[in-house]
Amino acid sequence: MKRRLNKNLLRLVTEQGPLLMLGILCVCFSIMTREPQAETGKPAATALAERVIAAVPSPATALVLAFEGDKEVAFGEALVESLEANGFTVLQVVHGGPPALREAIEAAESSAKPDAIVSSGKVATLPFIESFETTFPKLADTELFAPQSGYRSNFLKASNLVNLLNQIAIFAILAIGMTFVIITGGIDLSVGSLVAFSAVLCTVVIRDFMGGEEAGTGGMLVGCVVAILGCGVAGAFSGAMVTFFRIPPFIVTLSMMLVASGLAYIMAGGGTITQVPDTFILFASGKMIPGVPNAVVLTAVLYVAAHILMTRTVLGRYIYAVGGNAEAARLSGVPVRRVLLLVYTLCGLLAGLGGVIYASQFNAASARFGEQYELTVIAAVVVGGTSLFGGEGKILGTLVGSLLLAVIFNGMNLLGIGSYWQKVALGLVILGAALLDMSKKR
Amino acid sequence: MPTPHPSPLLEMVAIDKRFPGVYALRGVDLRLEAGEVLALLGENGAGKSTLIKVLGGAHAPDSGDVFIDGEHAALDSPLAAQQAGIAVIYQEFNLVPALTVRENLFLGRESTTGGFVKTQEEHELARKIFERIGVPVDPEAICRRLSIAQQQIVEIAKALSQDARIIVMDEPSSTLTPQEVEHLFTVIKDLQSQGIGIIYITHRLDEVFTIADRVTVLRDGAHIDTRPIGGVSREELIEMMVGRQIDNEFPTRRTRIGEPRLRVDGIGRGHVVRDVSFDLHRGEILGMTGLVGAGRTEVARILFGADRLDRGCVRLDGKTLLLKSPRDAIRAGICLLTEDRKSQGLVLAHSVRENFALPNLKSYARSGFVDHHKERSSFARHVESLGIKIPHHEQPAKNLSGGNQQKVVLAKWLERNAEVVILDEPTRGIDVGSKYEIYLLINELAAQGKSILLISSEFPEILGMCDRVLVMHEGCVTGEITDVPSATQERIMALAIG
Repeated sequence: MKRRLNKNLLRLVTEQGPLLMLGILCVCFSIMTREPQAETGKPAATALAERVIAAVPSPATALVLAFEGDKEVAFGEALVESLEANGFTVLQVVHGGPPALREAIEAAESSAKPDAIVSSGKVATLPFIESFETTFPKLADTELFAPQSGYRSNFLKASNLVNLLNQIAIFAILAIGMTFVIITGGIDLSVGSLVAFSAVLCTVVIRDFMGGEEAGTGGMLVGCVVAILGCGVAGAFSGAMVTFFRIPPFIVTLSMMLVASGLAYIMAGGGTITQVPDTFILFASGKMIPGVPNAVVLTAVLYVAAHILMTRTVLGRYIYAVGGNAEAARLSGVPVRRVLLLVYTLCGLLAGLGGVIYASQFNAASARFGEQYELTVIAAVVVGGTSLFGGEGKILGTLVGSLLLAVIFNGMNLLGIGSYWQKVALGLVILGAALLDMSKKR
Repeated sequence: MPTPHPSPLLEMVAIDKRFPGVYALRGVDLRLEAGEVLALLGENGAGKSTLIKVLGGAHAPDSGDVFIDGEHAALDSPLAAQQAGIAVIYQEFNLVPALTVRENLFLGRESTTGGFVKTQEEHELARKIFERIGVPVDPEAICRRLSIAQQQIVEIAKALSQDARIIVMDEPSSTLTPQEVEHLFTVIKDLQSQGIGIIYITHRLDEVFTIADRVTVLRDGAHIDTRPIGGVSREELIEMMVGRQIDNEFPTRRTRIGEPRLRVDGIGRGHVVRDVSFDLHRGEILGMTGLVGAGRTEVARILFGADRLDRGCVRLDGKTLLLKSPRDAIRAGICLLTEDRKSQGLVLAHSVRENFALPNLKSYARSGFVDHHKERSSFARHVESLGIKIPHHEQPAKNLSGGNQQKVVLAKWLERNAEVVILDEPTRGIDVGSKYEIYLLINELAAQGKSILLISSEFPEILGMCDRVLVMHEGCVTGEITDVPSATQERIMALAIG
């Protein structure tokens, strides 16, 4: 019984290793980044109102204090709504800095004397509120309410998680193309350079042909499409070298990496291109779905599409077969050359897309963009369980791999661990993933 | 321990070796005198290779003893064999192509001072050895640049530099031109005069009569006979090699041969296939045989579009086929079950289901999406009808036995419903039971009106299964046997030897 449990545990660890590691890291970082945090916003207001209503018999009067800002306003509005629905009279809702708030309390001291003063969590940390009873002795009958300040994790904050996804979007998109290539038994070292090439090409086209800062949406789109197609052509060229001239992919894409990077520097003239409309940033960072940047949505869509491609379509099966045994695949009627050509082209197109997103996120482009991305991307793919020997691998594994790297970087940033240590951690994680992979094979 | 008198150079006594499923050597005896050339003959799979691997220390025998100069020798590793004075020159040379001749000769035995190779000394030694052989080879030449014949000389030189007294040559002449073979014989005679014993393996009987002093014949892993070359005829040798009875290892069938479908007209590719022509009829099983390297597999690959043809044309039902890739052939209705199923027939790491589906995906797909239900049910049908024994459909192909693997490969082509089925050694490495099932399947295909080209090295299989037989030798069809029931293996062997 115990041995079977151990065996199952071992299988879980080896087969779902990366996922397990991701889970453990998320839990660790959630706990390690916990800090006392003032509650605010609507949920805090509703909980607080319940406490006020229970403690103070209505009808009663109340004064609401909060800072300025979206969340504080929302806090105030929600509080007023709940209190008034329960027979309270809200004398005044004050949004302002400490002097304004103090003034409001002093005014109440001399006139209305409310039954309750309700403050937001942030306001409650002001010194004159903390020492409320001694500072305002005339308000002895007035009860002070503030949300209980709780421990909350910085890592788990919605804003941090969205930020994390936004930061990983480009890597994750590149990793899709890299997964295809690695499953066929190849490698593509040129993706990082293609990101720079694409970013620069895109902004140069917008600057020189589409009216620069005055360019319209159509003009910006043309820039993006040209850049993506340009990278597609570069990918197709690499694919052709691999299939028709049988040059090892490592060499072909190493050359392409240098060529693309050089071209990017030439086009950019060594500087940064900023002559694009301010609205260009909306391509990647706009939020067509509220709260989620477009780049993240696009990444999610691409992962779903790639997963379907690899698991449900003829092409996906061909890609696996070519990587598993190219000769057997050819003798089974698989168009091996066409598959390889397509895979490298796709990888190029996705790198192009990554570059466009990069340029949009920064509203600018430089030939330094995407430097050494290929290594991180290969790491994400390998950590996700794709075999460098070809024939094996999963798109969802790559997603897990990308997330794992993102979580490591993000968590260590939050904990204030420097980027040098992050490199050390990345190296060890790759090694760990490879070890897990080997134990799976055994 | 009885010591034979006078002690021969080498004596192997009652060597037994079993592999899983194969009884490779059954108490084989072999005796070699100093200064003698002993020819070792036998069909493909008779046990010659296993025997010399035992001698070379690559395989440990299950039982039996080896004596050198009457002394018991333990050949438990290639190094031990080398130290005992045995050198084996395999068909695939053991040379590092990028290194020079000298570096290859002394690889692993470099003479050094303080870690540095004494190049000059090695160079002198190498030169002396080539002098002794009587062939000038530059010790500083890169091996890759040498001709096959020269590389063979380097192998011989390597053997001599190790002070070998027993040299085994595995089909040394198969890749040489007639002049080169003649030259090799001069070298061999020279070695012989220096008291070196040589075991010479070949398929070419002419050579046996030219070079050998005695001949030993193996069959089915057993020692059949050893005779002095003067006391045996060519016909006797052939009979000894193939003299096996055909019992009913082959199912009977009724043939209904129809019109010709595949017409092959004078096809050729380089030197490996030369002017091959034949017709393949509806419902016919056409056998194609010959010795290893005769060009049978190459013909199959051309017909399947895996290799391009240089000359000639292939017609199916009157239409000329332009075969640029296997894809074209498959579309035209031709399929090939490859000789090497592990490296060419299967993607070993992938599941049997995926392997089965690979050439058939298009028929399960709608606008590029695979209908998994259709795929699974059609595979399940074949698993049942062919009796493929697998625990589940997601089993990786590499975990299957040879017979089951072959059935999976067959299933994928049956599903294609191809009109012309080319089977290249379909029963190689497969146990007897599965063999019979595969024969039944082949017969059934023929009964359905398919045209079958059956390539095999096993003459009994060819005679037991085929309606007509083509025999190949060095890229050419050297004979056609139409009266199969009355044909003998001796007749095939005579044609196969050329």
